Amino acid sequence: MSHPFHVVVCASVVPDPLQTLEPITGPTGPALKNELMLPAILDPWAAHALYEGANLVKKVPGSKLWLVSMAPKAKLQQVMMTVAQKVPLQLVAIDGPSGGFVDAHQTAAALAKAINGIADLDKSRLLLFGGWESASRSAGVTLQLVGEQLGIVDQFQGVDAITPNDDGSFEVLERVEGARHQVSLCAGPPAVLGWATGNLGEPRNDPQVGMQNMRTIMPSLQKAVATPVTSDGLQYSNVATPKQQRETQIIKDKPTDEIAREIVQWIKGE
Amino acid sequence: MDVDIACVGFGPAMGGFLTTLSRSLINPDGTPAIDSKVMPGMPLQVICYERADDISFGVSGVVTRARGIRASFPDLDLSQIPMAAPVASEKLVYLLDPIGASRRSFALRTADRLLHAVVKLQHNAFELPYVPPFLHKDDGFVLSIGQFNQWVGSQLMSAGTVQIWPGMPVKEALIEGSQVRGIRLLDQGVDRAGNPEAGFTPGMDIHAALTVIGDGPVGAVSRNLDTRLGMPPGNSVSDWAVGMKFVIELRPDIELKPGTVLHTFGFPEPEIFGFLYVHSGGVASVGIFVPSWFNCPTRTVYRYLQHFIQHPYLWRYLEGGKLRSWGAKSLQESGKHGEPYLVGDGYARIGECSGSTNVLTGSGVDEAWTTGVQLAEAVLTLAKEGKSFTRQNLAEYENRRRDSWVEKEARVAEKARDGFHHGIVSGFAGMMLAAPSNGKLSLGKPPRTPNENLATYRQFFRGKINLRQLIEIKEDCEEKGLSLHDALMDRCGWPQVPQDGRLLVSHQDVLLMGGKVQAPHGFADHVVFRDIEVCGRCGTQLCVEMCSAQAITRSLEGAPNFDREKCVFCGACAWNCPETVDGKPNLQFLAGAGGLHSAEN
Repeated sequence: MSHPFHVVVCASVVPDPLQTLEPITGPTGPALKNELMLPAILDPWAAHALYEGANLVKKVPGSKLWLVSMAPKAKLQQVMMTVAQKVPLQLVAIDGPSGGFVDAHQTAAALAKAINGIADLDKSRLLLFGGWESASRSAGVTLQLVGEQLGIVDQFQGVDAITPNDDGSFEVLERVEGARHQVSLCAGPPAVLGWATGNLGEPRNDPQVGMQNMRTIMPSLQKAVATPVTSDGLQYSNVATPKQQRETQIIKDKPTDEIAREIVQWIKGE
Repeated sequence: MDVDIACVGFGPAMGGFLTTLSRSLINPDGTPAIDSKVMPGMPLQVICYERADDISFGVSGVVTRARGIRASFPDLDLSQIPMAAPVASEKLVYLLDPIGASRRSFALRTADRLLHAVVKLQHNAFELPYVPPFLHKDDGFVLSIGQFNQWVGSQLMSAGTVQIWPGMPVKEALIEGSQVRGIRLLDQGVDRAGNPEAGFTPGMDIHAALTVIGDGPVGAVSRNLDTRLGMPPGNSVSDWAVGMKFVIELRPDIELKPGTVLHTFGFPEPEIFGFLYVHSGGVASVGIFVPSWFNCPTRTVYRYLQHFIQHPYLWRYLEGGKLRSWGAKSLQESGKHGEPYLVGDGYARIGECSGSTNVLTGSGVDEAWTTGVQLAEAVLTLAKEGKSFTRQNLAEYENRRRDSWVEKEARVAEKARDGFHHGIVSGFAGMMLAAPSNGKLSLGKPPRTPNENLATYRQFFRGKINLRQLIEIKEDCEEKGLSLHDALMDRCGWPQVPQDGRLLVSHQDVLLMGGKVQAPHGFADHVVFRDIEVCGRCGTQLCVEMCSAQAITRSLEGAPNFDREKCVFCGACAWNCPETVDGKPNLQFLAGAGGLHSAEN
């Protein structure tokens, strides 16, 4: 193959969902209780995009991978301790909010500006990756807006697979209703791919990858420019978390049919 | 892979080490202050590997005088550390038994009756008129160890001179003769038994001129070193405890000032100490310590913790509160008696795994941090002089430690709690003798093993449960695959815990509500039974009874079941196995991955 890709993954940072997450209304709008003290992770949707991007770069010689992420610098530092062990990447760090309750247009503008500023990025080879959904409480439109600001017209959402061809084109599987995929053939980059879950598991931590990444990640974090992104002009009329119910039973040797019947009854609310 | 310094475990000790070291690795002009041997022209390459998925997932009930921490951060602004507060008040409280189910000696029951007769007690508790000087922390801080570690980590990461890699367990030290050459990481891509599967990646060897071990009380590398290189003559780790805590959001009308500190004793059993520390933000840490000298053959902790928080003295503050977090950990309580070789060729040990916890003052974080600082200062001295990290040269660290308050106070504490092996009264008397005599006076002597004084069921429950009832309970629980402790406590008169779904919740629910356990795929089980026939003969199955998270459960035949997805790495099973094979505990607690995800403990 002689058509390398320049893959840029946009990824936000979100509170570790395994913590106690409690929505509140703070002085600046919706927030999570004690948000600053919660450990953070890479948005799970964007993480899939990162792993798929790294896999693509590995398969197509000459390709490159950047991770563009906007979050408070301290949170980015923390998240990179884990992410940097996963796949080789170059970080473009933006010191800004990651709470999700900000204007998606402003966030997209900041991300587009950072991408435009990547020195050795060839935009004719650009594949812009990200999550098609987000756990960041954002409106889920940021990736699309970044693509528009970069002038990319080929956009795919709910992507589960990309298969590069020898002529530089690539095939994309997008999720559609009915648990089926729509198959598209794209002539080549640039394109936006908003990833669903993809097909790859989380890569194992690799100490050598970590060492290699840190040489570029630490300078990037230290150079991260504070970028004001606000929610000015936005008003949230209602914010709620998904309702959850849990009823624990510890019963030994219960027949599976009976367990299934009870679960069905529980779901039906009987 | 080659580095200059490989570090194992990120906790307060490693925080102190890396904080001190990182400040001196780069000159103001950006050039290396100390050249790396493995990357010429670069600064010293220092990497720290931590088993947990994040550096903020530590557990501790922390009130600390923080002398070492304040020395490292003279301008420390506590408001920058969530949940931190300066100590505002401190009380030592004797909790009487309002239920009548605890196992109190005749002498203690008599003393309780006298106390009731002489003093007008409120809330079934007696606030002692003073806190013994050795125990006081009135110039210190209340902290969340998770938040503190996270804050220290962010300082280190922003400096960018050392690397910390969470989610990367270290299997063992690389030992050649008496020399430690580095560490080996854990194999990935294996099944539960450790057999390679698809994606098998053998644990990488990290070679280092110096390996710094700060992997806590039950760390795999520490125990590996103790086994291979031995302990100093006469030393052994025979005193332990399990600490378990809730982090509770208090009712809005509760006016406990942040920094309020309560030390308790007497309930739920006379042998069990407890605490309540109030953080900033209307949150309190409440917990108990179940020590190895508590000779109960079940040594359960969770049920006792639930009764503890319902004691009237505490419940007036906690009722209506909401569980935010939960956690458990082992505490190495042997102090100097359990001190290993602090240094050797190519390695040094800091923090709890080096026996730094002071059992008289009830302090571990301050000591751990300070030992890390002391090692860093020694390492910087040696590196600047171009000296290698031999046992002889690393005596620089040992000497600093011996000359410091850590050692001085450890010597006072060395035998202070030995009396508890002979009873509560002799235990407290021993502590009161040790402190004013600077450790010269003590009572009793330490046991050879943590389970040396363990009672049989019949002995422990004599007068409470007769033999026939014991046999019935045992048979019934064995048939149902349940642990015995709940049934035994029920029979002793402990009331059922009225579960409210907010704070008083089942043992299984606390794993979900108090911090979720993660067990990443591709790693082997870290709890392994050497000989299942030995398990079959085990009279107590103490590993099942004491397991903090019900991760080890009774099996109808052979070895107990181990469910990695529940294990919080408290390590209680590592020292509670009463059965041995070839002189070693039948239960092996090995290096593992995952654990509890909570940053508030």
